[in-house]
Amino acid sequence: MKPPRFRYDDPATVEEALDLLARHADGAKVLAGGQSLMPMLNFRLARPSHVVDINRIAALATMTSADGGLRLGSLVRQRALERSPLIRERSPLIAGAMPLVGHPQIRTRGTLGGNLAHADPASELPAVMIALGAELTVRSARGSRRLAAEAFFIAALTTALAPDELLTEIALPPWPARTGAHLLEVAKRHGDFALGGVAVTLTLDSLGRVAGARIVGFGVGPRPLRAIDAERSLVGGAPAPAAFAEAGRLAAASVDPPDDIHASGAYRKRLLGVLTARALTSARSSIGECAA
Amino acid sequence: MTPPASRTPEGGYIGAPIPRREDARLLTGRGTFVDDLEMPGVVHAAMVRSPHAHARVRRIDAQWARALPGVLAVVTASEVDDIQKPWPARMPSPVPGTTVRHGVRHTLPRDKIRHAGEVIAAVVAESRALAEDARDLVEVEYELLPVVATPAAALAPGAPLVYEELGDNVAAHIVQRVGNPERAFAAAPHTLRETFRVMRGGGHSMEGRGVVARYDEALDAFTVWDATQMPHAIRAMLAYLFELPEHRVRVIAPPDVGGGLGPKGSFYPEEALVCWLARHLRRPVKWIEDRLEHFVSAAQEREQIHTVEIAFTAEGTLLALRDVFTHDIGMYGALVSPVITACTVPGPYRIPNIHSEVWAAYTNLQPTGAVRGAGRPQGVLVMERMMDRMAETLGLDPAEVRARNLIPADAFPYPVGLWFRDGAPLTYDSGNYPELLRRALERADYTRARQEQVTLRARGVHRGIGVAICVEGVGLGPFEGAVLRLDARGRVVVTSGAPPQGQGYQTAFAQIAADAVGVRFEDIDVVTGDTGAIPYGIGSFASRVTANAGPAILQAGGTLREKILAVGGHMLEAAPADLEIVDGAVRVRGLPDRGVPLAQVARLGNGGVAFGMVMPGGLSVGLEASAYFTPSQAGYSASAHVCILDVDAETGEVTIVRYVIGHDCGNVINPLIVEGQILGGVAHGLSNALYEEAMYDEQGQSLASSFLDYPLPSAREMPRIEMFHLTTPSPINPLGVKGAGEAGTLPVTAAIAGAVEDALRPFGVRVNRMPLNPARISDLIHGR
Amino acid sequence: MSDTRAITLTVNGEPRQAMVDVRTTLVDVLRDQLRLTGTHVGCEHGVCGACTVLVDGEPVRGCLMLAVQADGRGVETVESLAPDPAHLNPLQAEFVRHHGVQCGFCTAGILMSLTAALRDNPRPTEGEIRETLAGHLCRCTGYQGMVDAVLALAGR
Repeated sequence: MKPPRFRYDDPATVEEALDLLARHADGAKVLAGGQSLMPMLNFRLARPSHVVDINRIAALATMTSADGGLRLGSLVRQRALERSPLIRERSPLIAGAMPLVGHPQIRTRGTLGGNLAHADPASELPAVMIALGAELTVRSARGSRRLAAEAFFIAALTTALAPDELLTEIALPPWPARTGAHLLEVAKRHGDFALGGVAVTLTLDSLGRVAGARIVGFGVGPRPLRAIDAERSLVGGAPAPAAFAEAGRLAAASVDPPDDIHASGAYRKRLLGVLTARALTSARSSIGECAA
Repeated sequence: MTPPASRTPEGGYIGAPIPRREDARLLTGRGTFVDDLEMPGVVHAAMVRSPHAHARVRRIDAQWARALPGVLAVVTASEVDDIQKPWPARMPSPVPGTTVRHGVRHTLPRDKIRHAGEVIAAVVAESRALAEDARDLVEVEYELLPVVATPAAALAPGAPLVYEELGDNVAAHIVQRVGNPERAFAAAPHTLRETFRVMRGGGHSMEGRGVVARYDEALDAFTVWDATQMPHAIRAMLAYLFELPEHRVRVIAPPDVGGGLGPKGSFYPEEALVCWLARHLRRPVKWIEDRLEHFVSAAQEREQIHTVEIAFTAEGTLLALRDVFTHDIGMYGALVSPVITACTVPGPYRIPNIHSEVWAAYTNLQPTGAVRGAGRPQGVLVMERMMDRMAETLGLDPAEVRARNLIPADAFPYPVGLWFRDGAPLTYDSGNYPELLRRALERADYTRARQEQVTLRARGVHRGIGVAICVEGVGLGPFEGAVLRLDARGRVVVTSGAPPQGQGYQTAFAQIAADAVGVRFEDIDVVTGDTGAIPYGIGSFASRVTANAGPAILQAGGTLREKILAVGGHMLEAAPADLEIVDGAVRVRGLPDRGVPLAQVARLGNGGVAFGMVMPGGLSVGLEASAYFTPSQAGYSASAHVCILDVDAETGEVTIVRYVIGHDCGNVINPLIVEGQILGGVAHGLSNALYEEAMYDEQGQSLASSFLDYPLPSAREMPRIEMFHLTTPSPINPLGVKGAGEAGTLPVTAAIAGAVEDALRPFGVRVNRMPLNPARISDLIHGR
Repeated sequence: MSDTRAITLTVNGEPRQAMVDVRTTLVDVLRDQLRLTGTHVGCEHGVCGACTVLVDGEPVRGCLMLAVQADGRGVETVESLAPDPAHLNPLQAEFVRHHGVQCGFCTAGILMSLTAALRDNPRPTEGEIRETLAGHLCRCTGYQGMVDAVLALAGR
């Protein structure tokens, strides 16, 4: 399984990359970590006329604090996210999710942006970004735009990126006080794509009641899905098992996955419910003591 | 400096856990696998494969492919017409009075394509990438034909025919009977009937198939490096297709083959094509199977569906067994696996009445052959599930019910009453099944585990315990040979035909030879898998090599020792009975200074007197001995597994808490190697139980053609295995050895199926289909 | 007509140069052009791990990296672990002692992953060892010998 022929460029700046994408829009593919694109090239499922290798663009690989939140370049390696004290401190949900993303050998090269742009429905990071309320900066030679993560993921393997656009930055808002988060999934094998999973955040107010929650299922549809009804059901109430179980029920009710070769739709639906309740429980535990 | 290999307390090498000699080169990246072979001028082949499972080729147009720079040839069926001879029929039915109905195939399809992935043309270029570029340019026009993708579809009346000449898709219908099953069922106090579906998959050795062929024009001869399990059989096929005498086709399994597991034990079109192309181009041609090709064209095992009934007494004594099952042969399969399944079902139990019936169906899927276990795991699953169900019906403990039916230790040799796949009556040679089961249960703290299960269940933990005990036919004949000689360096060279794919023959064979000849382990070289080095061989499969090559080495080694001592005796003017071989020299016992190095013995024994051409009177020349060992029958190893696991009833996930194995493969040459074989087999069995699964749609398209859709367990999925050994030596060969290569695979599916069903008994779950996975387990709980 | 590029990389401590097709993977260049055949190709989609090498000290799938991307980088392959088969390094020696090798096809990649992991954490627990090995497939051994080898090395 050897890749087909392609023209190859490895620009050193974002502008050069955007220029290449503009010129070869229909036939170009961006090569970041390669952990998603290279298998497709090896299988000849992808036959780009041009490969634009962005790995030399150091400007895309930075991780910075900004306004209490974080700005992550799209080329930040998954391994860097996994090991970063800044991530551990400012974004425990990302830190907790990273060990579930592939395997260490994949995370060496794999990037945050590449994973998001690939948009596999069973991938963890897209759900995490939605749970965190991330905003994605997308650039082209025509300009720049910013999208909420929810608007970025359209369908299986399909994002809002136009053929000449490059995902450059992921901005995370500050981590709210009294917030816990957790990600749970079931995969046939650890590190494989999930049969189903959920990323949750849970924020309590000063009285210990739920002020906000995000519940984002993945592997249960063509893109990560926020269970809005489930989220709303928690707000104002006590972060208690009964509430979490109800949120789980509502999350399950909100999806209707089809059967496929790996799992029945009914299973994925049930699984979302179970994992939601469990993840909320874990998220609650990670918040620590609060005034009741 | 490597210290000398350790010997057993008795002073021999056989039985010692000697670390392998193969390891150092493999650990330092100095192995030589087929793709590592460097051959000046080598070019690379890529195969054009049909995307359709059943079709005629209306037109192949290779002009654009041929025009691509770097492409040397594109060949289709018409170009290779000279080797388009019908392939000989495969394994006949071993059961007297039954036949396998042979569908005729050729190297490249003559009339129509019969599976998606079948080779229809070959491209050769300066690199594999270029060959694949050219492959993309080959235009093929197909006329699609209706597909049969399951045995049920293939056996239905009016089904499309895989082989028109057969009139239907029945490859074989084999019935075997013992006693009078009908009467036994009619009179039985209890009967149970169940249907089980078992799907397996591919071999997926980490190295796929591969072959490099070199044609020597001056000699009109081929040298073929082939990552195969059976070089002599490959030679025979190539000699037949190319109409060459066998001595002009040399097939060599490279020094290192990256796993065999069964699929490398067949002949494939690629082997013939690569040879043809090498002769056509007068350049060595290399073809390396990639993973996708392994998924869609290497032999595999697929689904069996069993309808099984047992008759039994209120005390849980088996009276009769009836098993009718279908087996998917694919478009050109061997009968090996289904026949073995049929023979494996009765297992370690006394069953006086048996009806065994297999319908092997041709389908438009890739050929099935044998994958580690070779049909036995399916047979074990079926019987062990029924034992569990019988226990449940009678309110008896599943281990107890098994114990009540085991063939006792004094009943050997035990005739089962069926014909085995070798055409001989199925007769267990030796074993102690009651002791094996008892010790496995003891080692697993079975009684305490059952008590713990009650406690845990009360706390909402779904703990399950599965027990499986099985018998495994091993050591299949007809023979394996060994040629031993003392070479000019004074080293003993052991040559055998069966090549290794990780089983450690370079170590194990040296252990046997060292003891047989009476030399040091370090003074032995082992050569395997070369048809040029030993004229006859069968191959490495069916857990047969130690039991066949081992005794051959033992016998030849003994003969070589006699010859060495005869020559040494002449040189030392002593009787052979007074001699010993110590530290690389023949010595007079008790007189360590009166000795002659083996290299000097070889100089005389292999070449005559130093300054003349005359052998001393009475001495025969040539310090070489060969032996071919033919077993009187197959041998029978046995295993007992106890699996303790927890099921998360909400997610369907399984966590194995404890896994205990008891294993009896007769005498053990190298315990380290045997344990490694068992552990590897268990990993494969675990994969068949909870992970991998071949999947095809109704059009015969593979739905899982990459590891992303076809999971294999890693070290994280594998539990730590506890193992003990029982030894009932085999009376069939002088070493008393049986076989161990596949054993680990056999009972795992059964043990896990039993444990999961046991764990979920409160939900009334029935495990009738394998593999399991979290989704399926959850669906079972919810009544799907 | 295919793009080729000259690359310079350090392989096992030595500077190497090669003219490579831009589409050729790192593992294919290591094996075919630099003749370092100790690293193997098992699946070409990043799952089996047989092709794992270290790039700038970190484990990478050689089948998922283009050779041109290794320009200016440092690559370590299995051949760097020991000068010759008679002088195995401690990790390799434990693999022999604990029967961690059977056919050997997956071994090189596993050794490189373990080498990198052991540099970060010389005394891993069994769980940590299995976590590192989780990125590798072996169809022969059942992994237990490998795990035992590393546990022994770690002095546990």
